[in-house]
Amino acid sequence: MIQFDFSTIAFFVFAVLTLGGALGVVTNRNLFRGTIWLMVSLFGVAGFYVLLSAPFLAAVQVLVYIGAIAILFTFAVMLTRSLTRLNVRYTRLWPSALGAVLLFAMLVIGVIWPVFGGNEMYSLPLSDVVRTTSDLGVALVSGEGYVLPFEVASLLLTGAMIGAIVIARDADEEELEQ
Amino acid sequence: MDCTGLCEVLTQGGTDPGLAQFLSILIGVVLVVSVPLVTVIFLIWIERKIAARIQDRIGPNRVGPFGLVQTFADLIKLLIKEDITPASADRLLYNAAPILSLAAVALIWAVVPFTPYHFGVDLEIGALYFVAVASLGTLAIMTAGWASNNKYALLGAFRVVALLVSYEIPLVFALLVPVMLAGSMSMFDIVNAQAGMWFVFMAPLAMLLFFISSQAETGRAPFDLIEAESELVAGFNIEYSGMKFGMFFAAEFLHVFTNGVLITVLFLGGWYFPGWQMPLIAFMWLGLKAFIPYFISLWIRNTVPRLRIDQVMRFNWFFLVPLSIVNVLVLAFLVMILKEIGWVPVDETGAMALADATFIELLPMTIVLFISNVLICLPIINRLRRTGSDDRVADEQRAQHAIAHAAGD
Amino acid sequence: MDVLNEWAFIGVFLVLSPILPILPIGAAWLLRPKRANVLKSQTYECGVETVGDTWVQFRVQYYIYGLIFLVFDVEMVLLFPWAVAYHKLDFFAFAAGLLFIFLLTDALIYAWRKGVLVWR
Repeated sequence: MIQFDFSTIAFFVFAVLTLGGALGVVTNRNLFRGTIWLMVSLFGVAGFYVLLSAPFLAAVQVLVYIGAIAILFTFAVMLTRSLTRLNVRYTRLWPSALGAVLLFAMLVIGVIWPVFGGNEMYSLPLSDVVRTTSDLGVALVSGEGYVLPFEVASLLLTGAMIGAIVIARDADEEELEQ
Repeated sequence: MDCTGLCEVLTQGGTDPGLAQFLSILIGVVLVVSVPLVTVIFLIWIERKIAARIQDRIGPNRVGPFGLVQTFADLIKLLIKEDITPASADRLLYNAAPILSLAAVALIWAVVPFTPYHFGVDLEIGALYFVAVASLGTLAIMTAGWASNNKYALLGAFRVVALLVSYEIPLVFALLVPVMLAGSMSMFDIVNAQAGMWFVFMAPLAMLLFFISSQAETGRAPFDLIEAESELVAGFNIEYSGMKFGMFFAAEFLHVFTNGVLITVLFLGGWYFPGWQMPLIAFMWLGLKAFIPYFISLWIRNTVPRLRIDQVMRFNWFFLVPLSIVNVLVLAFLVMILKEIGWVPVDETGAMALADATFIELLPMTIVLFISNVLICLPIINRLRRTGSDDRVADEQRAQHAIAHAAGD
Repeated sequence: MDVLNEWAFIGVFLVLSPILPILPIGAAWLLRPKRANVLKSQTYECGVETVGDTWVQFRVQYYIYGLIFLVFDVEMVLLFPWAVAYHKLDFFAFAAGLLFIFLLTDALIYAWRKGVLVWR
């Protein structure tokens, strides 16, 4: 008998949100609705982060995905032509399906199977180094921590932004000339 | 999970522990939620009165004493108004958008510390939580504009969302300042760190940046592209009528006051003022202080003309964003230097700790930080003045030229 | 489990907060007249019959703004732990934060110089 407490109920609610949202994304013919469903799904993932005692990640998930990516997606959706009545069918379904099955199998074998049944993983203690957001901050910028990845992340973001500007600006100028 | 307070009482009364816990949380949520709900009803009246006075009108004065019951009359009117959903709208999203809009603002109140003893929750990531929740409101506007299937609505929503996301950058950079000073994202810790000195004296520029960008976030003038009547009819909510429109309306009103409360918590010392040890007085101070930014916000709204979208965007990207980045860096640098020379109150581990410091201990640090803020502002004000006078001279020349031209004809 | 208790509050709040607007909308749904007709439920575009599709292709400029915002959003998220821990950090950490911000300011200056931040 599973004992029903808040976290158990919350887990199932978030599971339904995540999977239901994902289902909505793949079954919707309307791109904007698909985006909204994707946000529902990602919101469920944020809930899992809370359940795993990582509230900072949950807030980041909501802030970055729902606050920024969703907006970006809707802007991107409006860049496509005839977005509500897509009549182009994606025909190469079999290779994609195979890829998805393989990925799922890898997840099951590699991640879910080892911990299935036992509750030991649940009771694993939190990391000794990073317990709070403050510790995370120390770890991010201290010499013996992750200062190099931290700076590389900044460099990556810079690269992404410059690349995007270069690509998008050309498109914009063509548009203006027309 | 622990079971204290009300939950304990309920358990002793013979209720099942799980149920007792749930009930105590539920009651807490209802109490916290009722604060903004009761406030918004009176805020609408206050705002209409203030706006009327600024525009040399009387404002609502017929229903009840001083028109106090006007909001309830409006509520009844909204309830029995016919509510039209356009035939071509996306019904599901069209109905979901106003709900999400108000819910997003209400959710912010979960982390607001009302008094030292009464608050919703004290999340470790409180400051980030409210930014994250507020971003749901942006999504609501986008959804509303898109689902209405109206060109004005969609164009309005797109513009406004571009504006909202742009102004979120200086908002969050300004938010980094109190977080940095308090060494915590918890709203409760941020208020506690202001026991000796409010952050407004240490970082007035950050507060100004936060105030300007939160004014933009609520979509109020001079940033009210959200309902630029002259060009977009009414923006994203053009197709909404009846109670659904009322929900957008209520969300906006509530958001303005919520920003006032957040500014109070982050910069104006929350409940700190003589007599804060009493819960009721603490609550009163918070409300009264929140009224200051709220009033200034209304004042600006009713006196400043609407700006064009390109002006608003330029103001953000070429002025607010660089300024907010510089502000954070200067503050970080000065705090580090001040810590080296020992002007910052520290705890036994050598970390900065403002919570237990007294006014006198904090004074040198405050003066240095305040002067640094003034020094950042001086060249900017100078530059603005020069640009302004140049523009004026150019305008006058153009006008004279035009007059001469007309006279010569 | 104290942390989860706090979040249980947020969870209940999440469920309850949509109910707040749903209640008045529901009440209005019960009370209001329902006399919609074809003309009333047309799209309102200043009395002129609507022409063409609403959901048309928009300019790429919106997308650029969205993208720059996303980059800044991620940057700010990474800066929050730094700001929280700042009171106990040393000068090296300040330099690390400074470098982090400078690298991104580069991108901002690039966007600035290329003129994509000007609304057209």
